Amino acid sequence: MTYIRPNFRHPELAANELGYVRKDYEGALSTLCAGCGHDSISAAIIQSCFELAIPPHQVAKISGIGCSSKTPTYFLGKSHGFNSVHGRMPSVATGANLANRDLVYIGVSGDGDSASIGLGQFAHVNRRNLNMLYIVENNGCYGLTKGQDSATADIGSASKKGTPNPYEPIDLCTMALQLGATFVGRSFSGDKEQLVPLIKAALSHRGFAFIDVISPCVTFNNNPKSTKGYEYVREHLAATGTVDFVPVRQEITADFAPGFSQEVTLHDGSVIHLHKQQEGIEVNDRDAALEAIRDHKAQGQILTGLLYVEPDDADFHELQGTVNTPLRDLDTMDLCPGSRALEAINSNLR
Amino acid sequence: MKAIQAVNDFVIRFANVNGTGSASANNLFAKAVFRMGIPVSPKNIFPSNIQGLPTWYEVRVSEKGYLGSRGGVDFMVAINPQSMAEDVASLEPGGYFFYDNTKPLDLRYHRSDINYIGIPLTDICRREYTDPRQRQLFKNVIYVGALSALLDLEFNVLKELIGEQFKGKEKLVAPNIHALELGYQYASENFQCPLGIRLERRDNVGDRILMEGNAAVGLGAVYGGATVAAWYPITPSTSVVEAFEKYANRLRIDPGSGDKKFAIAQAEDELAAMGMVVGAAWNGARAFTATSGPGVSLMSEFLGLAYFAEVPVVLVDVQRAGPSTGMPTRTQQSDLFAAAYASHGDTKHVLLFPATPKECFDMAAQSFELADQLQTPIIMMTDLDLGMNDNMSEPLEWDDSKVYDRGKVFNAEQLENMKERFGRYLDVDGDGICYRTYPGTHPEKGAFFTRGTSRDEYAIYTESGDVYVRNMERLLKKFETAKSYVPAPEFFPAKEATRDGVIFFGTSTASTLEALDQLAEEGVHLDGMRVRAFPFNREVEDFIEQHDRVFVVEQNRDGQLRKMLIIECDIDPKKLPSVRYYGGMPITAREIRRQIHQLRGGATVTKIRRKVG
Repeated sequence: MTYIRPNFRHPELAANELGYVRKDYEGALSTLCAGCGHDSISAAIIQSCFELAIPPHQVAKISGIGCSSKTPTYFLGKSHGFNSVHGRMPSVATGANLANRDLVYIGVSGDGDSASIGLGQFAHVNRRNLNMLYIVENNGCYGLTKGQDSATADIGSASKKGTPNPYEPIDLCTMALQLGATFVGRSFSGDKEQLVPLIKAALSHRGFAFIDVISPCVTFNNNPKSTKGYEYVREHLAATGTVDFVPVRQEITADFAPGFSQEVTLHDGSVIHLHKQQEGIEVNDRDAALEAIRDHKAQGQILTGLLYVEPDDADFHELQGTVNTPLRDLDTMDLCPGSRALEAINSNLR
Repeated sequence: MKAIQAVNDFVIRFANVNGTGSASANNLFAKAVFRMGIPVSPKNIFPSNIQGLPTWYEVRVSEKGYLGSRGGVDFMVAINPQSMAEDVASLEPGGYFFYDNTKPLDLRYHRSDINYIGIPLTDICRREYTDPRQRQLFKNVIYVGALSALLDLEFNVLKELIGEQFKGKEKLVAPNIHALELGYQYASENFQCPLGIRLERRDNVGDRILMEGNAAVGLGAVYGGATVAAWYPITPSTSVVEAFEKYANRLRIDPGSGDKKFAIAQAEDELAAMGMVVGAAWNGARAFTATSGPGVSLMSEFLGLAYFAEVPVVLVDVQRAGPSTGMPTRTQQSDLFAAAYASHGDTKHVLLFPATPKECFDMAAQSFELADQLQTPIIMMTDLDLGMNDNMSEPLEWDDSKVYDRGKVFNAEQLENMKERFGRYLDVDGDGICYRTYPGTHPEKGAFFTRGTSRDEYAIYTESGDVYVRNMERLLKKFETAKSYVPAPEFFPAKEATRDGVIFFGTSTASTLEALDQLAEEGVHLDGMRVRAFPFNREVEDFIEQHDRVFVVEQNRDGQLRKMLIIECDIDPKKLPSVRYYGGMPITAREIRRQIHQLRGGATVTKIRRKVG
């Protein structure tokens, strides 16, 4: 099923600094259920890329399988996309990134895709500090197969089927922190004010940026007994603070009380400005982030916002020591050692 | 007592303990014979173990240039007490049993029809060295020195090789040569040297080289323009990527910055390894992975995706004995089905069958061209025998005028000038191969969505049966096109006209050709054909058509190549008798000859016995 979106747009639509309008970042019409949290995340990605003025064709969208993994079709229609196989988005993104270090990589996955079938790949892409944005659209259930509990469902949480989940959930932010992600955040699909600056900061971060976005499944997991429904999440949200993202070249104008604000300058010169809810939260301390997640969970709260960022760690290309030119742009002259080198090798084998 | 008399035509086997440093001494022996201009074929016979278990190294010396496994052992260098019973038993009558006689030989190891050569290796070492590690290492060098006297292996050649081996570590040269001399001296003083079995300098090697197939594959990937290698360690393929890394570190460093013009990712498993290759190839890099059977099983999921989404990946399968973990350190040609039809649904993959290190090099480089041209997985089917043994081979060659052919890829300019809508899966040229674009090429045109789900010619998702079938038929057409792209078979016509033929591939080649010579001497003539690729070219079908009966030689239980010929070329199974050996050691000429005689009706079966002097 495909839709063609009407081409008409208001002639005075605002353009970004490259001259692109928001429409240039849109994709095909969504085929997800009406009210699905995932569509809000797609909209947040569109807005973030538009505001950051990223040339749309310089983005590569990669996903696995599941409702969430369908969404790359619904944003950035001028970008190449790759809907790969279940749980394997991280490896495809890794290879793609190795081939061309100059593109922006957006990986979209779900809780089944990342926390179950792809848990191994999720773990290892963290370790490599691959330069990409990795978003999990987390609804605690398998939507496309009609609502089975996923590995991120909380103990006692019940989906539409009504049976409370008896198993310990996997917290992907906790895993990302333990496994070396250099940017970790959590958000809620219903909180655009928080999600957009977080995505913008993550896109500007050099290294592995992970955002776990709680994104209710309106069809199978939005009932009162579910901890991933709109109602429950809204009532139990806590935030590390509000995030302001200031792109490079832009002046910081706001003024904040000392102790309640923290600035992190990213590798490209842009700045994340965190207005904290409480004094003492440090976003460059892994252990403190882990502790904060645990403490909030103990109080029945879901801690959102920017949890951790380390802007200066070497990414996978730096760890590899690859040339600055994208590998895929190297040609025969660059790559082939020629017959003379081969003759020397032959001589050594006689 | 009889003693085998042979010049430049024998099999010598070294029985060692794994992890005792014997490999380099044994290599030294083989290389020295090779330097004397005599063709050699060394084979490692090793356990799945790092230290302690028995390991063997066998060298076939054949001035006629027969490089396949012969079967049987004429000279045993029995250093390992653990395997001695087996080692004594495996000697041919009249053979020579070389052992350490520091302690008297156990009576159980006595045979009346073989010759014993006792040299007090432990005693010599104890006298010469105080350090236990040195005692162990030099013991190996001492027996090579003794063999030099016993077999007329030129001592100067050994000295020259030691000099090369320790270039830059000159301190080690003198002690090694001293150890060689110790062995040489003892043997010359205590035995009538040379023995009846011996070496004599020849000029039968020419400009050929001695190289492991895996190293040649790794080097071929460097020459073929691979920039991304992703892998997961597995015997016997590990040394493919290690060789790629070694050669790339030498040949692919940017002189200005010192940066690497390649990337190697050691993945968390074979699933991820193939996923990375798919991602890199989709994004325009030449990428490959190497694995063995168990890895192919895991990679099947991604092979299906790459087939259906038409991503040009390269996979090297260094086959070992399966199924499951099978015999990890033994050879087989048993992954043909698993590779050719990998993944669920209707899939078919292009396979290449190299037989020598030169072909490993050539086909590795060619794989990347084929993958780009055909936009589909290319699987190189090598095996442990070819990959992990030094194989004698024609030297490697490269044509400097060659420019990589990246296949049908639209660049920014072509997209800019394009009037019509870009369709990723539009068969514009009628050969089943469509045009692709790399991500990031053009701001407005050429973007498309790659997926493993069905889609139309414009890469738009669809569940229409007609569109799906159209696409599947086009993929079949592309496979048909592939027949004219893949390497053609090699023919070995019989000296006399015959209605019988034999088909073989890969590491069954040397033994089959030797068997054909033996059979011809007995008046049995067969035309030979070496298959080099799947899909089978027209020539393969013609060859079968032109013969009444075609034996198919392979190293697996189920006759996989034979069955693929039957299915794909629609051949009457009765026309293709099967010759198989799959015990994990390389197939031998003796075995092929025996089975062909048997299949021909048994009338001409003669006892196969090596002449004993």
